[in-house]
Amino acid sequence: MKFGKMKSHRRNRLLLVLLAIAGTGTAVGLVLMALNKNINLFYAPAEIVAGNAPVGETIRAGGMVVNGSVKRGKDLDVSFVISDLKSSEVTVRYSGILPDLFREGQGVIARGVLRDDGVFVADEVLAKHDEKYMPPEVADVLADAHKDKPQAGKTL
Amino acid sequence: MIAELGHFCLILALGLAACLAIIPALGVRLGNESWMRLSASLPIGLFLFVGMSFACLASAFLTDDFSVAYVARNSNTLLPVYYKFSALWGAHEGSFLLWSLIMAGWTLAVSLFSGALTLDMRARVLSVMGVLSFGFILFLLATSDPFERSLPIYPSEGRDLNPLLQDFGLIVHPPMLYMGYVGLSVPFSFAIATLLSGRLDSAWARWSRPWTNVAWSFLTIGITLGSWWAYYELGWGGWWFWDAVENASFMPWLIGTALIHSLAATEKRGVFKSWTVLLAIFAFSFSMLGAFLVRSGVLTSVHAFAVDPERGLFILAFLTIVVGSSLTLYAVKAAGIKSVAGFDFSSREMFLLANNVLLVVATATVLLGTLSPLAYEALTDGRKISVGPPYFNAVFVPIALLLFAWMALSPATTWRRTPWARLWKRQVPILIGSAIVATALVWLLASFEFVAIFVVTICLWIVAGLLLDVARALGNKRDRIAAFFRMPLSMYGMWLAHLGIAVSVLGIVTTIYFSEEKDVRLEEGMVVEMAGYAFAFEGVTQGRGPNYLSDVGKVRVTRDGKDVVTLFPEKRRYMSGGSVMTEAAIDPSPFRDLYVALGESVDNGAWAVRVHYKPLVRWIWWGGILVAFGGFLTVADKRYRAIRVKRAMAVGAPA
Amino acid sequence: MNRRSLLIPLGVFGVLVLVLAVGFTLKDPHLLPSQMINKPFPAFTLKSLENPNRTLTEADIKGKVSLVNVWATWCANCVIENPELLRIRRETDLPIYGINYNDDPAEAIKWLAHYKSPYDFNIVDHDGRLGIDLGVYGAPETFLVDANGVIRLRHVGIVSREDFEDKFLPAIRSLTQEGAGS
Repeated sequence: MKFGKMKSHRRNRLLLVLLAIAGTGTAVGLVLMALNKNINLFYAPAEIVAGNAPVGETIRAGGMVVNGSVKRGKDLDVSFVISDLKSSEVTVRYSGILPDLFREGQGVIARGVLRDDGVFVADEVLAKHDEKYMPPEVADVLADAHKDKPQAGKTL
Repeated sequence: MIAELGHFCLILALGLAACLAIIPALGVRLGNESWMRLSASLPIGLFLFVGMSFACLASAFLTDDFSVAYVARNSNTLLPVYYKFSALWGAHEGSFLLWSLIMAGWTLAVSLFSGALTLDMRARVLSVMGVLSFGFILFLLATSDPFERSLPIYPSEGRDLNPLLQDFGLIVHPPMLYMGYVGLSVPFSFAIATLLSGRLDSAWARWSRPWTNVAWSFLTIGITLGSWWAYYELGWGGWWFWDAVENASFMPWLIGTALIHSLAATEKRGVFKSWTVLLAIFAFSFSMLGAFLVRSGVLTSVHAFAVDPERGLFILAFLTIVVGSSLTLYAVKAAGIKSVAGFDFSSREMFLLANNVLLVVATATVLLGTLSPLAYEALTDGRKISVGPPYFNAVFVPIALLLFAWMALSPATTWRRTPWARLWKRQVPILIGSAIVATALVWLLASFEFVAIFVVTICLWIVAGLLLDVARALGNKRDRIAAFFRMPLSMYGMWLAHLGIAVSVLGIVTTIYFSEEKDVRLEEGMVVEMAGYAFAFEGVTQGRGPNYLSDVGKVRVTRDGKDVVTLFPEKRRYMSGGSVMTEAAIDPSPFRDLYVALGESVDNGAWAVRVHYKPLVRWIWWGGILVAFGGFLTVADKRYRAIRVKRAMAVGAPA
Repeated sequence: MNRRSLLIPLGVFGVLVLVLAVGFTLKDPHLLPSQMINKPFPAFTLKSLENPNRTLTEADIKGKVSLVNVWATWCANCVIENPELLRIRRETDLPIYGINYNDDPAEAIKWLAHYKSPYDFNIVDHDGRLGIDLGVYGAPETFLVDANGVIRLRHVGIVSREDFEDKFLPAIRSLTQEGAGS
């Protein structure tokens, strides 16, 4: 009786460990695969202009919306230019409703795909809900673009 | 003077928390009974003083005392009175005062309802809670004093509450959520006290269970309300965004769910003791991690509080001390824990264990997704990434589906041993039946969508299994109706909670697969057709609320020529802050929501309008409410009411 | 279970804290570089808020030790800071120049009429370009600029009375003494 209990105990433990290993293995694989596919890297306008951003992959881009650059097309098509306020500008196309806080002269982040003609086709445009701070990515873009502050990159 | 009084009360509360943290624990060490007994009276004082402090801040809000900087930042004379009150927890300082009040409330509750605990155990538990209270109140006083004055000159008008928070859902959402977060400190304290005492019997599981269930139910309500709020207030019809802050509340919920199940096994069968202790530690750790993520600004989120490094540093340090010492204690003491009972591979114990593993793995994937932007940035010298819903959908959803299937099967198992053959014989017909019904339903009502059919099958399987379970429980009773009412309430609790999950998942899968959504440019008189409904846009007029101006759209919805409803979506511009808010118009009904939101004015009188048709979306939240209700019901079980009788057992339980 | 496996949770937690701590130090806006300290105020040519026909440049803030305050109507803390700036204006002869940052000028004029203006003049930084040159993260921020137009101090967040008296006043005193001495 006692022996039998021990045995079932040990067998349970073995099965348990195997189960745990199999489960964890699957989960880790799943996570890595998903992370690999679904990480959206952020690119500054300068990187996009320089051709350092991948074409045809989902990425994010951000900068300040250039004053006077927002143009409406037919239906809900809209295009605008984001800039690091230094030298690099990227045209963004989007179709749909822009967020409440989207405004010219504000920092925005767009998620979408870069076309090989250099136009960024966004499927999502984000502006922060709180107006107090600009999106940190955009702040970094602007700080990086600014050559008077070589240290700024450290604060990323 | 009121603000100074509030500040003073908070300082007194800090002192009392320090006493509660030290004296009863010292009493245990020195064997001094009267010191241990202080654990009964100190929580009353603690609650009283934090409560008075809270009342002082509330009165500052209600009397528009803008000399208090926090009030000036978050309120306004134009604000309706109920929002003035709820503005108290509209930002960091006040919401943490609420958090501390709730902490004091739970401490008081434990001291009141722990008469059956041995004196030394009670002293230990309350001392641990005293440490937590001390940390929270110190945090408030040191980094986030809500009573700070901006004297001698102060603004004559406040800045206003963030318009997103001017909403009923946000009056009740934070208190519920905090009840859950902070409530998880109770099983945590029980676990630590047990480790300290070295008496790792199953008595502590019996004690922790009702507390865990209540805290977890509150957390469920909080999350449900948050999702509901996001749906109608954030403007775009989503109900879950995998936002860092949402994840911060979801992780303790997942671990809490694992804890509830593992506690059941520990109480009933005396197994998984050390694992359960670990889960209890983790559940509350995730609560605190959530607080850190939300309040330190390390992660960007729509909900995040304003960034303040001092606060982040404090919480991180506190988190490190509390969780680090708990886990060290665990590593030292848990080696002595032995599970007494053996069980078969196919047994309810094993099923619960698998459920736990799945839940923990699910939590880990959420944690990884939430923190990987941070880790990536640290490892690559500032390269920024975002991990969006696609990651969570790819990883979390398969695990969740596995968990649902498991949930359908588990209630049919029995403790110790469940013969596979019998399990299959019962379950396979139900599964096949559910699959047939699900296919028919989904195919006839919507379209052939494989994943949807799969999920609906599992939902039906869960419900059918539950019904069968009820039937079986009553099957051999003579008077079935009487038996139905005499069943233990905890059984009903479990059934309801599982039913709630099935209802929720049904809502989720239907919303995901069969919603329709269009962004359109509409001029006055134009019509959009969707899901058999015609949405006629009848233009935009100017409106005005107590503290905002608005553009009000008029959309008449008809079906087959008959009027259904007229919707008035709004675009509000708040006067004091100048912020713009989308106020969606929703026509709710049990089987579908019609949802219209006004975008921006495009050109000569045309507007961008978003129109949604969302079938069964409400079921998501009803399910959540059912789950919470089930959780509360288990506590009303007479097993816990009769707990005083079992006192002798708790005392006499072997070490 | 053996003792070593009991340490696993602690180890996992250690890694987690490490990630959080590193991420946290990376994100701290108060650790922002202040390389602007002891650098000349960045050049600009922008309109005046009060008088749209007037163009302001960095020359306009030279000549006297002054405060340059970055504010906006969307900034809650600016409302709270306002009375202190008004007090400084009233009780000292320190010029205060405003930078109306990322804002709608019409709204800004209304705001100033409502809360009273402590400013000698306001620079309209509509697209936030000057703010970026200054390394501004949000509003309010306040700079102490000496008579030669060199930035001497930077303060992030509200200037309280204590901040002014403990941080700004000593700096101002030493600057005016320097000025008197030279």
